[in-house]
Amino acid sequence: MEQWTDCAIILGARPHGENGAVVSVLGRDHGRYTGYVHGAHSSRMRGLLESGNRVHVSWRARVADQLGTFAIETDGAGAAPRILHDPQRLAAMLSACALCEAALPDREGHAGLFSGLEALLAHLSGEHWGAAYIFWEIAFLRELGFGLDLSRCALGGDPQTLEWVSPKSGRAVSREKGGPYADRLLPLPAFLKPGGGDDAPEEIIKGLDLTGRFLEIWAFAHHASGVPAPRQRFRAGFENGAIPAQNRDKPRNVTAV
Amino acid sequence: MSDGPIDHLIRQLSALPGLGPRSARRAVLHLLSRRDSALEILVRSLEEVARTTHACPECGNLDTLSPCRLCRDTHRRPVICVVASVADLWAVERTKSYRGRYHVLGGVLSALGGTGPEDLKLEALVSRVRACAIEEVILALGATVEGQATAHYVADMLRETGVRISRLSHGVPVGGELDYLDDGTIALALTARTQAG
Repeated sequence: MEQWTDCAIILGARPHGENGAVVSVLGRDHGRYTGYVHGAHSSRMRGLLESGNRVHVSWRARVADQLGTFAIETDGAGAAPRILHDPQRLAAMLSACALCEAALPDREGHAGLFSGLEALLAHLSGEHWGAAYIFWEIAFLRELGFGLDLSRCALGGDPQTLEWVSPKSGRAVSREKGGPYADRLLPLPAFLKPGGGDDAPEEIIKGLDLTGRFLEIWAFAHHASGVPAPRQRFRAGFENGAIPAQNRDKPRNVTAV
Repeated sequence: MSDGPIDHLIRQLSALPGLGPRSARRAVLHLLSRRDSALEILVRSLEEVARTTHACPECGNLDTLSPCRLCRDTHRRPVICVVASVADLWAVERTKSYRGRYHVLGGVLSALGGTGPEDLKLEALVSRVRACAIEEVILALGATVEGQATAHYVADMLRETGVRISRLSHGVPVGGELDYLDDGTIALALTARTQAG
């Protein structure tokens, strides 16, 4: 009999049969795992299987290759009740869960990413949740092996005046060196520049476009359905909800440098 | 037992919600032992429902009339209650406390289930709101992450129509004692608290 117990975050659940569900979790030590949950529609389990909830899971199967079954117990209130009323924060949580569900390999430990997602879910009800989400996506890309280099200029310019990011290499470019190519570079959000800056909605949009670009060409380049729909809806919804229509920037052409 | 029509019927019944092979066998035996008073009537009812029931082209409700009785009722207020399924529509209608119209979306947005906006009847809802001088849209979707994400998406779509949008409140159910409620429900009830007195 194969079995383990771990702390985990629920990524999603889909009904299976009349009473059960196939639940996907991100475990601290065991990574992304799926398992069958009996009685998933019971009054006790329904609230527990919501995306973003932190739970204790016990997985058990006869042999390791089987789907296996989860026994799930609560580990305190989840993130959802605190942000259910806020469309943008809820969309951010669903986006993070969908990215983990779609991009992480099955049954491979990502303790750092678990801690990052846990911290993000805790920050979603806080003030600077938008910047926290961008930082989490940058860490997510790094965990998948696609790190952005935002600490120095790719063309040898002044590292204190970083202004852009190459949409091809993911490396920062200084104001002076990137000036001639400005229309083809991605703007670096103020809060990611050396010395920091504010996280106004316009800056969050820049951050979402920045990480979204690399999710698309790196992490999800070979996925049949591309970047998960919740991530795309979050980007669109954030702009609609946070920025008045007359102040919105036109989409930038980010084909290549 | 041979693989004849009786076995076929048992298999068909056992695939229905709430029934397994054992209960399907009992149901079939019951029907066969009361051929005139139960079996024939059930057969006629099934045939009639299969022949006459359709989804309403306006709201998505199931009825023998098209448009359905609810849409034909001229005494109903110009308010649309948006629900995920026909079962939810029937649940709201059972309360007898709502006298408006309905719109069945046909599900909720679900990344894992592969349900996107194109799978829901969203454009039809926007068209109805524009065409029928609707005063208010009530989003009666589940208090789940997916249900509320769908509600926010629908509200966003409807914003440009200028219609008043409301949603069901969340919190302690009637007869619920705090000690027995789950943490999430209590947290949600605290967030959505209302002024007393």
